[in-house]
Amino acid sequence: MIGATFRRITPQLIILGIVLLLNFLVFPGFFSIEFQNGRLFGNLIDVLNRGAPVALLSIGMTLVIATKGIDLSVGAVMAIAGAVAASVVTGGGGWFTALIAALAAGLLCGLWNGVLVAFLRVQPIVATLVLMVAGRGVAQLITEGKIMTFLNEGLIFLGAGTILGLPTPIIIWLAMGTLVTFVVRRTALGMLIEAIGINETASRLAGINSRVLLLAVYLISGVCAATAGVIVAADIKGADANNAGLWMELDAILAVVIGGNSLLGGRFSIVASLLGALIIQSVNSVILLSGMPPEFNLVIKALIIIVILVIQSPTVKHALYLLRASAGSAVPEAHAVGPRNSPAKETRS
Amino acid sequence: MKLKTALLISAMALAPAIASAADKTVGFSQIGSESGWRAAETTVTKQQAEERGIDLKFADAQQKQENQIKALRSFIAQGVDAILLAPVVATGWDSVLEEAQDAEIPVILLDRKVDASDDLYMTAVTSDTVYEGEVAGKWLVDAVGSEECRVVELQGTTGSSPAIDRKAGFEKAIADAPNITIVRSQTGDFTRAQGKVVMESFLKAEGAENICALYAHNDDMAVGAIQAIKEAGATPGDDILVVAIDAVPDMHLAIANGEANATVELTPNMAGPAFDILDAYWADGTMPPKWVQTESRLYTADDDNQAIYEMKKGLGY
Repeated sequence: MIGATFRRITPQLIILGIVLLLNFLVFPGFFSIEFQNGRLFGNLIDVLNRGAPVALLSIGMTLVIATKGIDLSVGAVMAIAGAVAASVVTGGGGWFTALIAALAAGLLCGLWNGVLVAFLRVQPIVATLVLMVAGRGVAQLITEGKIMTFLNEGLIFLGAGTILGLPTPIIIWLAMGTLVTFVVRRTALGMLIEAIGINETASRLAGINSRVLLLAVYLISGVCAATAGVIVAADIKGADANNAGLWMELDAILAVVIGGNSLLGGRFSIVASLLGALIIQSVNSVILLSGMPPEFNLVIKALIIIVILVIQSPTVKHALYLLRASAGSAVPEAHAVGPRNSPAKETRS
Repeated sequence: MKLKTALLISAMALAPAIASAADKTVGFSQIGSESGWRAAETTVTKQQAEERGIDLKFADAQQKQENQIKALRSFIAQGVDAILLAPVVATGWDSVLEEAQDAEIPVILLDRKVDASDDLYMTAVTSDTVYEGEVAGKWLVDAVGSEECRVVELQGTTGSSPAIDRKAGFEKAIADAPNITIVRSQTGDFTRAQGKVVMESFLKAEGAENICALYAHNDDMAVGAIQAIKEAGATPGDDILVVAIDAVPDMHLAIANGEANATVELTPNMAGPAFDILDAYWADGTMPPKWVQTESRLYTADDDNQAIYEMKKGLGY
């Protein structure tokens, strides 16, 4: 099983490697990691740390997309969760209450999306668009349009603290990713989610309670977004309802796509999506370290992303496969294809 | 308290002018509440009107030009004595401004200008964003003297006019100081979160010990960057000088705590000068120049930043 997973994520690993190498080329000190002030300090740590919000979003987004849905509201949910957490601690509550309140807000948002999609049968892109637009307004109402700052050490720890030298956000997204992957892959849930994405009617006829599962994936997405929102707010010690999570839903979708998951639903890999999130953050890192004028930021990002997506496109993949196959016996994978096909032919004949 | 007394005294001194402004009705079309600064501008405008005994009719356009045009038309229909307009966009104002002119209602633009013939409005009260950058740059030139200084710059949203102007102004101010060079410049999108992220990369790429000062196009980015500097083990305000623009309450707090050094105020009091202009116009028909520049005041550690923070906190920033 590990072998299969490894084969699945090989393209993402290669791309990540190339982008990290690009980082090394523009800034030779990229891979150096030091231990100072009780925390690991280095660009690689930054990539893992700064990639946390998109990584968290991509976990929930992968499941939603696997059901052939999409969740555009995650950025707004981040803003709401940050605002809720900030208002709890500024109102005198503890960090744990704030975290629970923020996660509850995320669940509520997920419930809203899930009910619209699973029970009222609104198309996911429309259903979640409602919250994407309205959610930021809700967050602004909570913060009264200001940046709501707080000094609660416990809450700040979630965004800017360290555990064993590693920034807390890294631990959080790794834990969340492991937990969700474990739950969906060690049970039949993952397969059932894939079944809904491939053909919902058929899966329902086969006895899958598709409504509850659909609701569940939007709930998970809401919780992931709320966690990301708390991290982002804790990081700057303030809830910025105008900017927290702004356009981040697009980065999350991009992470899922770079992870090689189809927007048409079906088979998914959370690990690949997480790698996608790291690839996006590494691209951002190249831009920041290159010292190019900011006018080029989006152009560079677009170019790198286009190259990544073109390499992953089915046509190019097929062409690469043909190229390797025609190169003859020198390439071991061409061998692998041959024997695997031949027994089938034998049984047929 | 002191401020209130000062305002009272100045109000008494202005008593004759106030006599002409009293019982006047002024319509104010505000863009909306897109930022803390704008919320503060609305609060200050209402305060200014109340102090002068002006009846202010307030219309929030929720970031839509059509709402502003509607508000202006309703002000004209109500026959207000003057209109204050904070335009959301620069174009498309000609016809409604002509209607105001036909009704002989003076229009004063606040904070932003419009692309219309300048005889359609009385004047524009705005800040000079290039000058703001210059004030920040001059402060740095004076602060470092002849020492070598490598500056990192956090730009505003790429292509936005305050970002372009504040960059140009700062560069102009340091042009004659060969010891000051901008070594890294990147956008932080005017936000705290991005300011922090970009500063982190500056600190890694240059090394904290090789950066002498940070210039941020707004205070929010500076506040984010200050956190990044602290996490990198350096002392903001000492190892790395921090200068920014806007003078929002949190920046005053940072200066009071010694974590930042200077900020240039983008005053939310655009209405004060506008009402002064209207007073003069109503008293003896004095016409103002077509552009009135608001003061870009520099705040440093010499000011009582804790008190200013407490005072500004209530304005809605």
